[in-house]
Amino acid sequence: MDSYINIKVRVWRQAGPKAQGHFETYELNHIFQGASFLEMIDILNEQLIAEHKDPIAFDHDCREGICGMCSMYVNGHPHGPDSAITTCQLHMRKFKDGETITVEPWRSRAFPVIKDLMVDRQAYDKIMQAGGFVSVNTGGVPDANAIAIPKPVADEAMDAASCIGCGACAAACKNGSAMLFVAAKVSQLALLPQGKVEAAQRAKNMLAKMDELGFGNCTNTGACAAECPKSVSLANIARLNREFICAKFKD
Amino acid sequence: MWLKDSSIGRKFIMSITGLFLVLFLLFHGSMNLCLVIDDIFGTQAYNWICAMLGANWYAIIGTLVLALGVLVHFSYAIYLTIQNRAARGKDRYAIEARQEGVDWESKNMLVLGIIVIGFLCLHLANFWYKMQWAELTGIETSMFDPQDGSAIVKGLFTNGWCGIIYCLLYIVWLVALWFHLNHGIWSALQTMGWSNLIWLKRIRVIGTIFATIAVGLFMIVILYFLGVNIGMMCAA
Amino acid sequence: MAKKEELLEAAKQAAKKVAAKAAEAAEEIKARAEKVADRAEVKEAVAAASETAKKAAKAAKAAAETMATPSGKTTKIITPEMAKIPAGPLAEKWTNYKDHQKLVNPANKRRLDIIVVGTGLAGASAAATLAELGFNVLNFCIQDSPRRAHSIAAQGGINAAKNYQNDGDSVYRLYYDTIKGGDYRAREANVYRLAEVSNNIIDQCVAQGVPFAREYGGLLDNRSFGGAQVSRTFYAKGQTGQQLLLGAYSALSRQIGKGKVKMYTRYEMLDIVLIKDENGEPRARGIIARNLVTGRIERFFAHAVVVGSGGYGNTFFLSTNAMASNGSAAMQMYRHGAYFANPCYAQIHPTCIPKHGDFQSKLTLMSESLRNDGRIWVPKKLEDAKRLQAGEIKGRDIPEEDRDYYLERRYPAFGNLVPRDVASRAAKERCDKGYGVNNTGLAVFLDFSDAIQRLGKDVVAQKYGNLFQMYEKIVDENPYENPMMIFPAIHYTMGGIWVDYELQTSVKGLFCIGEANFSDHGANRLGASALMQGLADGYFVLPYTIQNYLSDQIGVPRMSTDLPEFAEAEKKVQEKIDRLMKIQGKRSVDSIHKELGLIMWDFVGMGRTAEGLKTAIAKIDAIKKEFWTNVYIPGEAGALNNELEKALRLADFIEIGRLMAVDALNREESCGGHFREEYQTEEGEALRQDDKFSYVACWKYTGEDSEPELIKEPLDYEFTERKTRNYKA
Repeated sequence: MDSYINIKVRVWRQAGPKAQGHFETYELNHIFQGASFLEMIDILNEQLIAEHKDPIAFDHDCREGICGMCSMYVNGHPHGPDSAITTCQLHMRKFKDGETITVEPWRSRAFPVIKDLMVDRQAYDKIMQAGGFVSVNTGGVPDANAIAIPKPVADEAMDAASCIGCGACAAACKNGSAMLFVAAKVSQLALLPQGKVEAAQRAKNMLAKMDELGFGNCTNTGACAAECPKSVSLANIARLNREFICAKFKD
Repeated sequence: MWLKDSSIGRKFIMSITGLFLVLFLLFHGSMNLCLVIDDIFGTQAYNWICAMLGANWYAIIGTLVLALGVLVHFSYAIYLTIQNRAARGKDRYAIEARQEGVDWESKNMLVLGIIVIGFLCLHLANFWYKMQWAELTGIETSMFDPQDGSAIVKGLFTNGWCGIIYCLLYIVWLVALWFHLNHGIWSALQTMGWSNLIWLKRIRVIGTIFATIAVGLFMIVILYFLGVNIGMMCAA
Repeated sequence: MAKKEELLEAAKQAAKKVAAKAAEAAEEIKARAEKVADRAEVKEAVAAASETAKKAAKAAKAAAETMATPSGKTTKIITPEMAKIPAGPLAEKWTNYKDHQKLVNPANKRRLDIIVVGTGLAGASAAATLAELGFNVLNFCIQDSPRRAHSIAAQGGINAAKNYQNDGDSVYRLYYDTIKGGDYRAREANVYRLAEVSNNIIDQCVAQGVPFAREYGGLLDNRSFGGAQVSRTFYAKGQTGQQLLLGAYSALSRQIGKGKVKMYTRYEMLDIVLIKDENGEPRARGIIARNLVTGRIERFFAHAVVVGSGGYGNTFFLSTNAMASNGSAAMQMYRHGAYFANPCYAQIHPTCIPKHGDFQSKLTLMSESLRNDGRIWVPKKLEDAKRLQAGEIKGRDIPEEDRDYYLERRYPAFGNLVPRDVASRAAKERCDKGYGVNNTGLAVFLDFSDAIQRLGKDVVAQKYGNLFQMYEKIVDENPYENPMMIFPAIHYTMGGIWVDYELQTSVKGLFCIGEANFSDHGANRLGASALMQGLADGYFVLPYTIQNYLSDQIGVPRMSTDLPEFAEAEKKVQEKIDRLMKIQGKRSVDSIHKELGLIMWDFVGMGRTAEGLKTAIAKIDAIKKEFWTNVYIPGEAGALNNELEKALRLADFIEIGRLMAVDALNREESCGGHFREEYQTEEGEALRQDDKFSYVACWKYTGEDSEPELIKEPLDYEFTERKTRNYKA
C-alpha cells in the first residue's frame, strides 16, 4: 500500500551548455508514493520557487510514456529503476523512506546538456532526416490492402516502430551508441514491403549519419535493450547489421 | 573504405578476426588434447603435428596470418575503445547501476582482451619461442629439442612448484579467455547479422557452448598436467 | 419571447424575398437587353439598369446577413457563401471545389514561403505535403523534436470508410455517424469531405510504412469504437497516434533533409504579424516566436501562416493533454480578428485513470478501445459502494447480481459503446448519486472478467496488454484480477478557431488545421476521428485549398522582417513578457493554474448551469487579476525559463476559460459535450434547442477588457434530417 516518505534528491545542476555542473541535494518531506517521479520533481520545483531559487529545468510533456521527452538518469538507470517505463511512468513507490535519489541528465557526446537535466537530442532527428522514411509523396499510393503483409511480420515491424526516440539507449550504452534507435527504424521499414525498396540505402545513410554525429560503436552489451522503455529488441540491431553489410558487399 | 570508416564495418572486422581466432583456438585446443592422449597411451601424435607444422612454409604463412589476425583484432579494439570513450562525453555518470540481463564481460571486453594478450606473450615465450622460433632461426632457445614440443610442455607444467604456478597462471588466463569468448562469439555473430528474435537467445547459448569447448580443451591439458605434477611431487 | 422570435423570422424572410426579387429583376432586364442588344443607347441603359439591380441584390444580401436581435443590436451572420461552401450535391462538393479551384504552378511554388506552426498530425502532414508540392516551409514546434507533438499519445485508432469488414460501411455512413455523434452541430459539407478523404489517409499511411494491425491473412484489421455500429477503426496496437505521427514525422524528416522544410524546434509562437495589402486588407505575413533555449524573440516572414497548435483542454489544468499543450496560438489568432468558434464544446473522455492527489500533474487516458470488451459498472447497492469507498472490499468481491451495468441498462442498442459524452455523463450521474467506487467516490469500474472468460487471458493481453501494463504501473493494481477504475476527464476541444471550407480563418492568409480549428466534430467528437481529421486537413485538404489563396500571392515578394509591422509586434510581445517578469508576486504559475482548473471543472465541466457559469466568469475575472498582480516568475526572460513559458500560456488559458464560460452561458441548450442542466429530458438525456441554437457561435475579439462580439454561422441542414440522438434502440 502506498504511503508517505521523506527523501533526499541529489540533482545535477548546470546553468548552461558550457557551464560547470555540480550536484545539489534537496530534502523533500511527505511525498506520497502514488505520485509519479516527475510529480515529485514538480513538488520540489514548487518548493524552490517558494524559496525564490531557480527551479530545475527538465524535459517532459505527455507524462504517459509515449512522447519520449522525459530523460532523467535516476539512480544509475535511464528512466530509473523499473523496467519498460519512461521517467514519467516511474512512481515514488519504487523508493524507500530516507533514500537519497541521484538524478543526472543523459550523458553522451551527441546529447550536450542544455540546462540541468535537459539535453539536446537533435542528433536523433538528423539521423531520421538522413533516411528514416519511405520516399513516397502524399497521394497516388495504392490501396491499403493491395499488399498483404503476414501478421507476424507486421507485428515485428510494430514492435520495432514502438521506439519513442527518447535517447535512453544511447544514454545507457557505455559506448554512447545509438544503434538501437537506428536499428529500430531500419528494421521496421526493412520488414515491410513498402520500405523494402530503399532498405539498403536507408541502412547506409542512417548509419553514416549516426557515425558522423559522434555516437559510439555498438559492442552488443545489450544495455540499450535492457533500459529501453519500449523493450525494443537487440534483434533489430542484427537486422541493421545484416542490411548494412549486405548493402556494402553488393556495392 | 567502409570497413574502417563505418561503425558496423569496424565491428565487422572485429567479428571476422575474432571468429578466425576462435577457429584457431579450437584447432590449437584439439592439438593440445593430443598431449594428454600421448601421455596416457604413449603415442606421439602431438610431436607428429608439431613436426608437420614446424618451420614449413604453410605453417609460417599460417603463423603470420594468425599474428595479423591478433594484431588487427587488438588494434581495432583499442581504436574502437578510444572512439567509444569519446562518444560517452566529457562528464561521466556519478552512478552506474547494473542492468538486468547485461553480462559483466560484455562491458569489460578490452580488459579481458588485455589479460588474454598479456598471457599470450607469456605463452609465446614459454612455447612458441622454444619451438617454431627456434626451428626457424636455428638459435637454441631452450634445453629442449624444438622438435619435441611434447617435452617442452611437459617440462614446463610438471616442473615442481614452478609448474604449479604456471598451471595456476594458465588457469587465470583461460578463465579470462572464457569470459572474453562467452561474449565475443555471440557478439560476432550478432554483428554479422546472424541473429533475429528467435536466434538471439540461441546464438548466446551457442557462444557459451563454443567458449566452453575452446577453453575446455586447454583446461583439460592444464588440469591433467597439474594432476600429474602434484602426483609426482607427492611421490617425491 | 415568441414575439421576438417571430420578428426575427419575419426580418429574415423579408430579406430573402428582397434578394430573390432583385435577382429576378436583373435576370429579366438581362433577357430583354439581349433581344435589343444591337442598339447602342439601349445597351447603355441596360448596363445602368443591371448595375442598379446588382446593387439592390447586394443590399438585400447584406440585409439577410444581419439579424435583428431582440435587444435591438444586430448580429452578423456568416452565410454559406462567406464560408465558401461549394454549391452542388453533398457528395460532389469537394470534387467540384477541386475541379475549379485555382492552383499555383511549380515555378511559383518555389517563390512562396509558408509558416506551419505545430508538428502534430495536422502540422507535420501539412508541412511535409506542402514541401513535397514545392513550397518553402518554415515549421515550428515547442518540443525538442517534431516527433513529440501530443498526437503521439492517441491510443485507439483512426476511422476510415473502407468497409474492409463488409459490415455495411460507406462514406455516407461515416459522414452520418460523425454528424450525429457531433449532435448536429457540425457543417455538413466539411464532415462529408472528411469522410471522403478518410480512405486516402489509410492508403497514405500504409505506403509510409505505418505498421497497422493485420489479420492472419495479411490484410488490415479493424475494431469498433463508440458511436458506430460498424468496425471501421484501423489501429496499431494501443499506439495508433504514435505510429501515424511517426509516419507524418518521417515524411516531414524527408523534406527537412531535402532542405524544403526549415525546422525550428523549441520555438514558441508568441504573435502573428499582419500586414495590409494594397487594398488595405490585413493579411497574415509572419510570426513572432521565442527561442525557448536562448529566450531570444525572433521574427519570421511567410506568404501565409498555418496554425496547427492543438486544443486548449489544459485550461482545466488536469486533462489528458500533454503538459505543454496550450491555447496561446489560438488566442493570438483570436486577438488578430480570427473568430473563436464554439469554445464551450469540450470533450470529456469517459475512460481515464481517476485522480489520486492534489499534486497530480495530468490525467492518463485509457483507450476507448477498452470499451470493446470491457463492461462498465457500479454496485447496485449503496452500501456496497460505501464499503468500496472505505476500502473494505474490492470490486471482484461484489457478486454479479449486485452489479449495475448502467450503460447496458440505459442504452441497450449501443451498450458500452455509446459516444463519449453520453458515457461520461452517465458515469457522473452514478457518482453524483453516491455509487462511486474509489476512496474519492469519483470512479466507476471497467471490468474485463467477462472478456477474460470468453476469450482467455492471452487474447485479452494481446489486445490490451500495453494498456493494462500502463494501468498497473500507475495505480499499482492488477487489472486482470480486479476491475479497472476509471473516471471522465477533459480530453479534446471540439471548439476552436473558426475556419471556412478552405480552412482559412476570418483573417486573410491565416489558416488553422487540426484540433486547433472548430471544424468537423460539432459538439462532440467520436473516438478515432481526431486522427482522421488532423491527417485529412494536413495531407488532403489544406495543400489544395491554400493554393486557392496563394495563387493571388505569387506577385508578392518576400518581405523584410525589419518592416514596422514586425517591429511593432515584437515590441508588444516584449512588453508583455517584461510586464510578467516585473510582477514578482507570491504565487507560482502552477498554483494559479490549478485554481483556474478547479473552477473550470466545477462550473464549466460536465454539468453546466446559468448560475454556475456566471459564478465561473466572476471567479475567472478574479483569477485574472490575481495572476497579473501576484504571480512570481523566477529567472530572466532572456534565457531558458520554463516558468515564463508557463506563465505566458496561463495568461491565455485564463482568457480561454472565460470565453468558454461566456459561450456556454450563451448556448441555452444541451448538445454533445455541452450539457446545460436546465435543458435535459426527464431521463437526463441532452435536450437540443434546434430552433434557437442551430448555429456556430463565433466570438470576435473586441479589445482586452470588453465583451467579445457574437457572430453566428447558421447550420441549415440541407442533406441530413436532424434527429434526437438515440443510442437506446
